[in-house]
Amino acid sequence: MGKILSGGQILMESLINEGVDTIFGYPGGAIMPTYDFLYDYRDRINHVLVRHEQGASHAAEGYARVSGKTGVCLVTSGPGVTNTVTGVADAMIDSTPIVVIAGQVGASLLGSDAFQEVDVVDMMQPVCKWAYQIRDAKDVAWAVSRAFYIASSGRPGPVVLDFAKNAQVEKAEYEPMKVNFIRSYIPVPETDEESIVNAARLINQAERPLVLVGQGVELGYATAELRAFIEKAGMPAGCTLLGLSALPSDHPLNVGMLGMHGSLGSNKMTQKCDLLIAVGMRFDDRITGKLSTYATQAKKIHFDIDPSEINKNVPVDVSVLGDCKTTLPAVTALLEKKEHKEWREAFRPYDEEENRVVIEPQIHPKEGPLRMGEVIRKVSELTQNKAVMVTDVGQNQMMSARYFKFTQCRSVVTSGGMGTMGYGLPAAIGATFGAPERTVCVFLGDGGLQMTIQELGTIMEQGAPVKIILLNNNYLGNVRQWQQLFFRRRYSFTPMLNPDYEKIAEAYNIPCATVIERKDLEAEIEKMVNTPGPYLLQCAIMEEDNVFPMCFPGHDVDDMVLKLED
Amino acid sequence: MMNDNIFASEMSGSSNVPENKISKFPVVNDGKTWYTLIIFSENLAGVLNQITNVFTRRQLNIESLNVSPSGFKGLHRYTVTCRSDFETMKKVVKQIEKKIDVVLARFYTEDHVYVMEQALYKIETSKLIADHDISKAIRKHEAKIVEVNATYSIVSIEGLPSDIVELRHILRDHGCMLQFVSSGIVAVTKSSHEELNSFLKVRKLQKEAITED
Ligand SMILES: Cc1ncc(C[n+]2csc(CCOP(=O)(O)OP(=O)(O)O)c2C)c(N)n1
Repeated sequence: MGKILSGGQILMESLINEGVDTIFGYPGGAIMPTYDFLYDYRDRINHVLVRHEQGASHAAEGYARVSGKTGVCLVTSGPGVTNTVTGVADAMIDSTPIVVIAGQVGASLLGSDAFQEVDVVDMMQPVCKWAYQIRDAKDVAWAVSRAFYIASSGRPGPVVLDFAKNAQVEKAEYEPMKVNFIRSYIPVPETDEESIVNAARLINQAERPLVLVGQGVELGYATAELRAFIEKAGMPAGCTLLGLSALPSDHPLNVGMLGMHGSLGSNKMTQKCDLLIAVGMRFDDRITGKLSTYATQAKKIHFDIDPSEINKNVPVDVSVLGDCKTTLPAVTALLEKKEHKEWREAFRPYDEEENRVVIEPQIHPKEGPLRMGEVIRKVSELTQNKAVMVTDVGQNQMMSARYFKFTQCRSVVTSGGMGTMGYGLPAAIGATFGAPERTVCVFLGDGGLQMTIQELGTIMEQGAPVKIILLNNNYLGNVRQWQQLFFRRRYSFTPMLNPDYEKIAEAYNIPCATVIERKDLEAEIEKMVNTPGPYLLQCAIMEEDNVFPMCFPGHDVDDMVLKLED
Repeated sequence: MMNDNIFASEMSGSSNVPENKISKFPVVNDGKTWYTLIIFSENLAGVLNQITNVFTRRQLNIESLNVSPSGFKGLHRYTVTCRSDFETMKKVVKQIEKKIDVVLARFYTEDHVYVMEQALYKIETSKLIADHDISKAIRKHEAKIVEVNATYSIVSIEGLPSDIVELRHILRDHGCMLQFVSSGIVAVTKSSHEELNSFLKVRKLQKEAITED
């Protein structure tokens, strides 16, 4: 016979039972009973008070990305939970395990337009993996355990629990529960033996194989298996934005990022390879460019845990369903050792061209204002390429992806599928809790920082050691770039009058410095890295700089523009 | 549940479709095919919304939708008909099956399911009496007149969707229609293999294996 507890207490016990030690939240009417119980659990659950519920959702995402654990948010009903929709949708498209627990009006008031009542389950269902309304205290333990199982298993994703107020206070018997089976849900599909053999055969026959590495490799803890796979068959590999740290940046087989702002070589060779091997990625249009011409010359293999991704955008010859932690080694065992020397050499002229025309002028400019690339690369180097890279969205994101270097997995925290501005700062806070032993650097634009700038308050209160690198170009840079390229330089509402960020940092008691001159850059970054706790480094960036190479939307993926035409 | 056999007709054995068969579904010349989806879910709130949402997102029209308990306790059954193409249906069904509480989702072309539908037509009695073609059509379609009074009559039919639509057209063309309603198409597979049964058996064994260790 278990203990008789209130629903809110059962929630706390269940969270502890799931190994939760940190939650991000914001109280309010409908969740107050639970917050009252939380008060007695402060020694076991660390609650981080954010400044806006969107911040809680992104912090939970950042926490989950770096730790591999499920991030948790606790918010109130109505506006509290609607404020988390962006984070939930973001976690869905980027396969990030979070559980959002939201207060709801009491069951007797449901459907009556009661104060702060909103139809959470219907609102959230299209953007989450599972949503459930808890109306009864005796369902709490089951629902929480089911939520964590669903969020973290198979292809991870967000789960929303809509927690009616009466169920928080009413009592029920509590027995610890562990859901690890749901009849209607098969997190890891069975692998067809034949698909392993067929994949290996195609790889052994291939002369010009190219591997596409997605986040699935990290989510499946299969980075070592991936390396063994590509190394045995000597296959060059490009990474998606979210897959960037699944393979060390300087690995000899790493041919850079794929897609719109990816490396010249990886995109050119996508159209020249004879076999494309996608691992844990979903052929997003930012990767493929024009779909109808995408790698049509090549045979294709797709490793994925989610059957609905197979043939969704790109039809493939062999699909290897299952967990890449087991499928990759199974295929590797059947591979012939190969070097593919000539094929790998073929990337070199493209690398050299990109290096000369794009990379060198970005990371080693001789004159003119600071450029994003040099700042990002310097931060990377001065943190021994070991830091967690968090980004916001825009030019800062693409430049970070291009110029930050990775030596450890789970080092990329960025909003891929949704491109959510305002993600960076709160996600970085979450990352400092998810990986307290690591340095967390967040690169932001002046637009994105201001979308969730209130989280500086959270940073101040928690002393969260977030290294904030503000790449200030006085523009909504990414949109400005598109206006320059596609809208005849008509800068419709992209120039922005900025506040004095030093004063803002000062108000929040966060050490701050501004770099304008190139000669000061290194010393200022060093100072930031060596200052314990949070830090804001503002860099005055060239105002009208552009991210290149670029594959224009709707163009073939190998049709890359390296610089503006004069 | 997920596997790649969402298009289940490969497994359904020979269905002895006669040549020059009459279509069970109304003929629409838009290059699309009629598909029947059969979906099973746990009896939890909100599953129907999740299913219809997959269609909405792709701007697919649901032609008919029927929800009922299934032959299994605690499992609901959805029959959806939709006109589309094979590739789209494959993706739609996979995305439906991906929903946590959906147990099984399959789609079929008309040869692989036994379908039927019920409909009621409320028509003007005066026109029914005046125009013999109306009662001829009713008889030809094996429909029954289940109520007659001075103002209206009710015609009931149970049959193929194509017949029901045909009779609707005729009655409408004769200007006697007051109301029309149909139940939505229901369907069972013609296969001699009961996939849901085997699936549930396998899952039961898997569950036992998990709880044992
Ligand atoms: C919430 C949200 N609103 C709008 C956009 C569209 N958008 C994408 S990038 C961008 C500009 C970002 O400007 P800034 O934050 O200054 O970064 P920069 O591109 O200059 O590095 C905008 C407005 C978005 N991605 N997210």
